[in-house]
Amino acid sequence: MAERDLAIDVENVAKRYRLGTGAGTLAERLGDALRLRLRRPPGEEFWALRDVSMHVLRGEVVGVIGQNGAGKSTLLKLLSHITLPTEGRITLRGRVGSLLEVGTGFHPELTGRENVFLNGSILGMRRHEIAERFDEIVEFSGIERFIDTPVKRYSSGMYVRLAFAVAAHLDPEILLVDEVLAVGDIDFQRKCLGRLQSVAGGGRTVVFVSHNLSAVKQLCNRAYLLESGRVIAEGSSDTVVARYLQSAGAVQHAGVATVGEGVERLGGEDARLLRVSLLDAAGDPSDRLHLGERFTVAVELDVRREFPDTVVELGFTAADGMRVASAFTSDGGAGVLALAPGRHEIRAAVDAALLPGEFTLDVGLHRLTGATLDMVNGVLAFTVLRSSQDGGDVYPWGQVRGSVRPRTVWTVGEPSAVVPE
Amino acid sequence: MAASATPEAELVTVVEPERRLTLPSLREVWEYRDLLAMLVRRDVSVRYKQTAVGALWAVLQPVALATVFSVFLGALADVPSRSGVPYAIYAYSGMIMWLAFSKAMQACADSTVASADLLSKVWFPRLVIPLAAVLPPLVDFAVGFAVLLVALPISGVGIEPTIVLVPLAALLATAVALAGGLWFAAWHVRYRDVQHLVPFLLLVGLFVTPIVYPFSLVPEYAQAFYALNPMVGVLELYRWMLFGDLAAPWYAVLVPFVVSAVALTGGALYFRAAERTFADVI
Repeated sequence: MAERDLAIDVENVAKRYRLGTGAGTLAERLGDALRLRLRRPPGEEFWALRDVSMHVLRGEVVGVIGQNGAGKSTLLKLLSHITLPTEGRITLRGRVGSLLEVGTGFHPELTGRENVFLNGSILGMRRHEIAERFDEIVEFSGIERFIDTPVKRYSSGMYVRLAFAVAAHLDPEILLVDEVLAVGDIDFQRKCLGRLQSVAGGGRTVVFVSHNLSAVKQLCNRAYLLESGRVIAEGSSDTVVARYLQSAGAVQHAGVATVGEGVERLGGEDARLLRVSLLDAAGDPSDRLHLGERFTVAVELDVRREFPDTVVELGFTAADGMRVASAFTSDGGAGVLALAPGRHEIRAAVDAALLPGEFTLDVGLHRLTGATLDMVNGVLAFTVLRSSQDGGDVYPWGQVRGSVRPRTVWTVGEPSAVVPE
Repeated sequence: MAASATPEAELVTVVEPERRLTLPSLREVWEYRDLLAMLVRRDVSVRYKQTAVGALWAVLQPVALATVFSVFLGALADVPSRSGVPYAIYAYSGMIMWLAFSKAMQACADSTVASADLLSKVWFPRLVIPLAAVLPPLVDFAVGFAVLLVALPISGVGIEPTIVLVPLAALLATAVALAGGLWFAAWHVRYRDVQHLVPFLLLVGLFVTPIVYPFSLVPEYAQAFYALNPMVGVLELYRWMLFGDLAAPWYAVLVPFVVSAVALTGGALYFRAAERTFADVI
């Protein structure tokens, strides 16, 4: 493989952060400096990346997956030279464009038009390049009518559309993409994926970092799996995604939690929860749900004895620790479950009507007598997004008050009853 | 970060640890000149959006301050002006220059933290940020100066030919603001002390610079020391351009050139070294 065919060459890169130092007051810093003279190394060190090597050919579309904290964002920051590595080197051949977070630098007081130019130049486009693509950008965003309105009056959906449209029309040889597809409605996501695909098909090199495993599988030929700052798997995206999903331990991988040893659980040895998955409306494991999206919770359990009277409990706990909703098999169609020894999978289709926010799922297996056979609190964490799948329903308020949105039918009385003419 | 073009004009970027002291690449800044222009335009156009009197603020502030000083210093405390120049005109001329300078310095010192979002998400030559911060106050100065051009003949002060040089004095003030601001901008990323320090220094500066009193008020034995403040030289040079005679010794006028050259170079080196960790600590 000739060196010239490599678009991205990451050689033994490491990135160290020092914990507890950095931003602070001058007095703290002086104290640190004095101590530094006396004994080093000061503070705690944290290696966000260690000995990471990556070789991406021209025109390749490569995915990077891994849990939160695995080092994906640090890797992207290094690739986009926002920060420098502590060791190693990265060589990039070609102009680099990054979609690290769409809408960076958007100013609320400026109009959509002004922000397109501002954002484009922040992303490294020349003014004339933006002017040439301006119509295309606006058309892609689908907000022609509001292009001369200050973006502070935009809904969050419109904002994201415009921001992605600018970024998607960057024309770099190397494109770095991070999680942008987690935003917007499903149609727009599809449009973005399509755009990325055509960018990729156009001979451009793309590094795609995402939690969206199906998008990684769909877009990327190859993927890297990061864990604790190291590359632990590399290969075809199908293989690497599969490897990611079955990683051992009690840790959660985007909608799938494997309950291993060392997980805090209640109950004895007669029955054990093995795995809990949260499936979105399309049936894919996900830790992000759209507003109002119906989902399925699949619980795999292993029963060692026969139980004639078991009940499965699902509990939803909001970020403030308050249990906001509960469901039991006994109040659904299944009634009391008689479980024979062996492995079982129990699925619950849930219409929880949750408001946007962060939730955790508690899963329990009880007997009608009240005895708990097994229970894991907070086995899965997931996020409810601010817009519905089709974008037709958006939570418009800045602050989310409450956790559940009851399905409600409103009727409005005669006008005369409200305001006398 | 180092970038160089291969024979096929392809951009090759190498990201690796940097330890040497280097100057920021002006070529990179030049490549991003459109961004610089956009950021300046953003600041100028956002500043007076959704305000009732808009750009009139650029005139109201110095007029109000000059009036206050005219009453308390000029009339009550009997502080002199230059010969042949009404105190109010003298104070106003000083005030538009000082306000532009202090806004530039303050904005520059705050620029890195104000752009934390950009610095931690997108790469571009970091120097663009403080540069974009010092330029918008020049617009305020231009507006204030236009009013001065009208006020001069009305108040019976002639217009000297040297007045055409005034833009150079404004640029020199901007250079001094950048020379100091670069250091503060780099420090600000680590130490939020800067947000308290800079307004305080600028408040002191208002009194140790000949803005609302003439240079001649400073006793001769203290003048050399007084002139170490580079803004003294800027103000005296500017007054010479406006009123046609230099009231301060020549060395005072030299100070801002020397200070801005030295401090700018040092500031640029320091900023370049500090920017490597901006995204990590901001």
